[in-house]
Amino acid sequence: MTEKELAQKSNQYRQRILKYIVGANAGHTGGSLSCIDILNVLYNQVLNVSPQNFTSPDRDRYIQSKGHCVEALFVVLADKGFFPEEDLNTLCRYKSHYIGHPTRKVHGVEQNTGALGHGLPISVGTALAAKMDEKDYRVFTLLGDGELPEGSNWEAALTAAHYGLDNLCAIIDKNSLQITGPTSDVCNTDPIDEKFASFGWAVKHVDGHDLQALKDSFASLPLEKGKPSVIIAHTVKGKGISFMENQLSWHHGVPSQEQYQLAIEELNQAII
Amino acid sequence: MGSPVVESKTGAKANLEVFSATLQELAEQDRDIIAVTSDSRGSGKLVPFGKKYPKQIVEIGIAEQNLVGVAAGLASAGKKTFAVSPACFLTARALEQIKNDVAYSDNPVKLIGISAGVSYGALGSTHHSLHDFAALRAINNLVVVAPADNFETEEAIKQAAASKQPMYLRFGKKNMPLLTEDPNNTFEFGKGRIILKGKDLAFIATGETVQPALEAAEKLKDEYNIEATVISMHTIKPLDTQLLQQIAEETEAIITVEEHSVYGGLGEACASYLLEHGYNKRFKIVGIPDEYTVTGSQTEIFNHYGISKDGLATIAINLLRKER
Ligand SMILES: [Mg+2]
Repeated sequence: MTEKELAQKSNQYRQRILKYIVGANAGHTGGSLSCIDILNVLYNQVLNVSPQNFTSPDRDRYIQSKGHCVEALFVVLADKGFFPEEDLNTLCRYKSHYIGHPTRKVHGVEQNTGALGHGLPISVGTALAAKMDEKDYRVFTLLGDGELPEGSNWEAALTAAHYGLDNLCAIIDKNSLQITGPTSDVCNTDPIDEKFASFGWAVKHVDGHDLQALKDSFASLPLEKGKPSVIIAHTVKGKGISFMENQLSWHHGVPSQEQYQLAIEELNQAII
Repeated sequence: MGSPVVESKTGAKANLEVFSATLQELAEQDRDIIAVTSDSRGSGKLVPFGKKYPKQIVEIGIAEQNLVGVAAGLASAGKKTFAVSPACFLTARALEQIKNDVAYSDNPVKLIGISAGVSYGALGSTHHSLHDFAALRAINNLVVVAPADNFETEEAIKQAAASKQPMYLRFGKKNMPLLTEDPNNTFEFGKGRIILKGKDLAFIATGETVQPALEAAEKLKDEYNIEATVISMHTIKPLDTQLLQQIAEETEAIITVEEHSVYGGLGEACASYLLEHGYNKRFKIVGIPDEYTVTGSQTEIFNHYGISKDGLATIAINLLRKER
């Protein structure tokens, strides 16, 4: 896939995220837009995951700890062929499998998440199993910056370093906002790099919207042999839609028809 | 002080020891058997296991939420994972991980609650697990088991290892004699075991309380000519409602016994089934009342609340005398 094609994917994914959130009249708009470039690079450049190999014990694992940004995951899985995209018209509808958090009822989803602070411990166990079985698969987990105060993350961070899980990569979608306000006001976790480093992790910062930089970061894994890696992706909540960027109200704000049209126009112009 | 029957029979071991011996036996044949511990390999009697199979034990340290989350990840990757931790911590601190990472995500972890109920006696309420049946019964896709004796424990661990079902198994550390030596009296999850048959009343007990129920039944027969059925209802969920219905058809009075709060455990599970199905029996739930328990050893606490040969016999006589 060329650089341009990859960039177009991100743009399409953003349009679809908005489309299905508007259709469902629910969703986590800002966070889905902040993490979509990361998911794009992971699923189109990094993970050896496809509908065909999804039951293979050797596939890479992607576990989304920040489960509320499920719209980003669903549009990418649909694009990868795990299910027909039109299924997402039932998002959050009565009896739909496509609910507001990842569920294994949807093909392509590894774990049921949604409660925060769960993705990292499960990922540690999965990465540990790979080491035990001398398998080459890798485990990636995406955390929100707002979920970092959950103590279970730090319990798991200790275990990952203790067992030298260099087949594990945590990505932090550091959009610096959470539902109440700036993460630095709610519960400051900075300097987050130093915290992970002191827990025994190898740390890398990246612009979470620079596709080439993301690719390069993932290509350099493990950041250090014998250590788990954390990629701190600096992102913008609501990225790509000017009136949503860095606006708290878009945490789970749903666009009106008019706002939706404006957003799609902006995205269409960005392609050219 | 243990009960006379326990002391008179030889060869009785703690269910905990049978668990660790069985797990070791399984691990020998299957390298996917993994024990995960939270600084609990000593209390889980897994020190020899760890020495013999160092690659099949994962030490987490004292972090039960992480213990269960990591266990879920291991199980998702095909490991036959036993997460071993004191029942009190495992089922309270890590309840959300049990609910989401094990049950909801359907990762086939076997959660092993050691030193359950009031096994830690005088250590107090922080170390008691009298809430676990209630909390876990309300979680979908989780089988809840309290084996009574060494036979049930060995069978439960072997069958659990071969099963893809998320499960919680809990037991204590007191030596437990065999309830029956009848080789035809087999063990299967979800099927209560009839230990004794009697026409006058039934004890439906679970875990380490089946033994005192059996002793009480013997006393009732010897001293009062009252014949009691004794059921080991080792599986709390799914409850063997077929057997429960049969008992309700055959006897006038039912006493449930458990090492658990009287709220939300075996007793209330039986009561709700019976009432919903039109059985208006003389009925008594014996367990730990809604209070911080009296101080003492497990046996002293059992005796205090009537979970003993004499206590249960008295409860039975009073129940049979009661006006309907
Ligand atoms: Mg955030």
